[in-house]
Amino acid sequence: MKRKRTLDLETRSAEETIDLGKRIGKLLRLGDVVALIGKLGSGKTTLAQGLARGLGVKKRDYVTSPSFTLIKEYKGKLPVYHIDLYRIDNLREVYDLGYEEYFYGEGVTIIEWAEKVRKLLPQEVMIINLEIIAEKRRRVELIPKGKHCQEIVKRIKC
Amino acid sequence: MLVLGIETSCDETAASVVKGGKEILSNIVASQVAIHRKFWGVVPELASRKHLELINPIISEALSRAEIGFSDLDGIAVTYGPGLVGALLVGLSTTKAIAYSNNLPFVGINHLEGHIYANYLEYPSLKPPLLSLIVSGGHSDLVYVKDHGIYEVMGRTRDDAPGEAFDKIAKFLKLGYPGGPIIDELAKKGNPKAIPFPRVSFKAKETLDFSFSGVKTAVIDYITKIQDPGSRIQDIVASFQEAVVDMLIKNTLRAAKMKGVKRIVLAGGVAANSRLRERLREEAEARGIRLFYPREELCTDNAAMIACCGHYKLKEGIRSDLSLNAVANL
Repeated sequence: MKRKRTLDLETRSAEETIDLGKRIGKLLRLGDVVALIGKLGSGKTTLAQGLARGLGVKKRDYVTSPSFTLIKEYKGKLPVYHIDLYRIDNLREVYDLGYEEYFYGEGVTIIEWAEKVRKLLPQEVMIINLEIIAEKRRRVELIPKGKHCQEIVKRIKC
Repeated sequence: MLVLGIETSCDETAASVVKGGKEILSNIVASQVAIHRKFWGVVPELASRKHLELINPIISEALSRAEIGFSDLDGIAVTYGPGLVGALLVGLSTTKAIAYSNNLPFVGINHLEGHIYANYLEYPSLKPPLLSLIVSGGHSDLVYVKDHGIYEVMGRTRDDAPGEAFDKIAKFLKLGYPGGPIIDELAKKGNPKAIPFPRVSFKAKETLDFSFSGVKTAVIDYITKIQDPGSRIQDIVASFQEAVVDMLIKNTLRAAKMKGVKRIVLAGGVAANSRLRERLREEAEARGIRLFYPREELCTDNAAMIACCGHYKLKEGIRSDLSLNAVANL
């Protein structure tokens, strides 16, 4: 039987979501892309805050929602590109943003509302689905694509 | 002194000519121009490529409305951050080219500083020290202005900006875009005390930081749970707006007290929110503090505020050189 590669988790508060992000963030390396998928208020930016912390972005650099600026850049142990496609309506606009430079760039890229660019995502990508279960509880599903991301999921499982 | 201002940090491609730091001779914003269908009817939604298409016609329009040419200018002011680097670079590179070829001085302006200066355009006699609350789709900053060019950031948002929360709730309720003015209107018919949405404050009592992500999630949670939210929309948005306004006012008044200022200025797109203006004015006046805010077209992104800010810097002999780069986070 094929071993299940995805990982289903549940967090019970924003703090727990941040902690999970930190753990994943610590395992990311140059060129990794994390695609966050989930409704409004499901915790995408919260998880991204944890990922950035795990990547060594300092606490005084507030990782805020990039919905309006589209892209925010942070300095961790690697450059962190935090992209938000909330305001994007079609793929044409993503091309206009110069997405290739980020998806295949010199850092780690975190994409919110990544379902809007499924076709453009690189083959090696960590897809994370977020779902609202209750007021504070979130279901977090990790779907790794490619060996390196699968390795990360294995280590998170332990 | 005649200063040309150029702004391309986010969605708007804008150029303006300001005389003497207070008189607006022209103030062109591409989205307005698009309404007039002059330049292909394109609204520069996002990208630097759109800015690139619009920047030259916008500058020409600003100069011709002001009835001047490049040779009449005394300098140029341009936004160099914060914003989208690709977008910022369009304005910055254009500025450098114009400055170089016409032998004009230019100065890079922080977009947020520009927003504060919209108030000096509106009230030419206004002087620091003052406290400014810059609230927009991308920002929520409490800045103490000790003097021209001397700032202290006292508080910032740790997650969402208020304008963003307004837009997201409006979109979630399918009310349309932009969410700010729509919610402002609807909320007038609702009861702001109907639903006690949470007001976030941080454990560290001394911080003046903001958080609007929690109230956004609480509103979504509420809408999802109740039956027929459509019938309660006015109360929901009024209560949501009240929570946001409460949080903004609380920290602003605390900051004003800490610095002992007698003047507060509002800036940024959310400064157009009527409930915020009305309640902050009431609360400020009760404490002997005067509230200032610019007219609506100077609240949202524009180049007149950049030109005004540039006027003060150029007058003091502050110049940027051709090595100035765009900065995403300032």
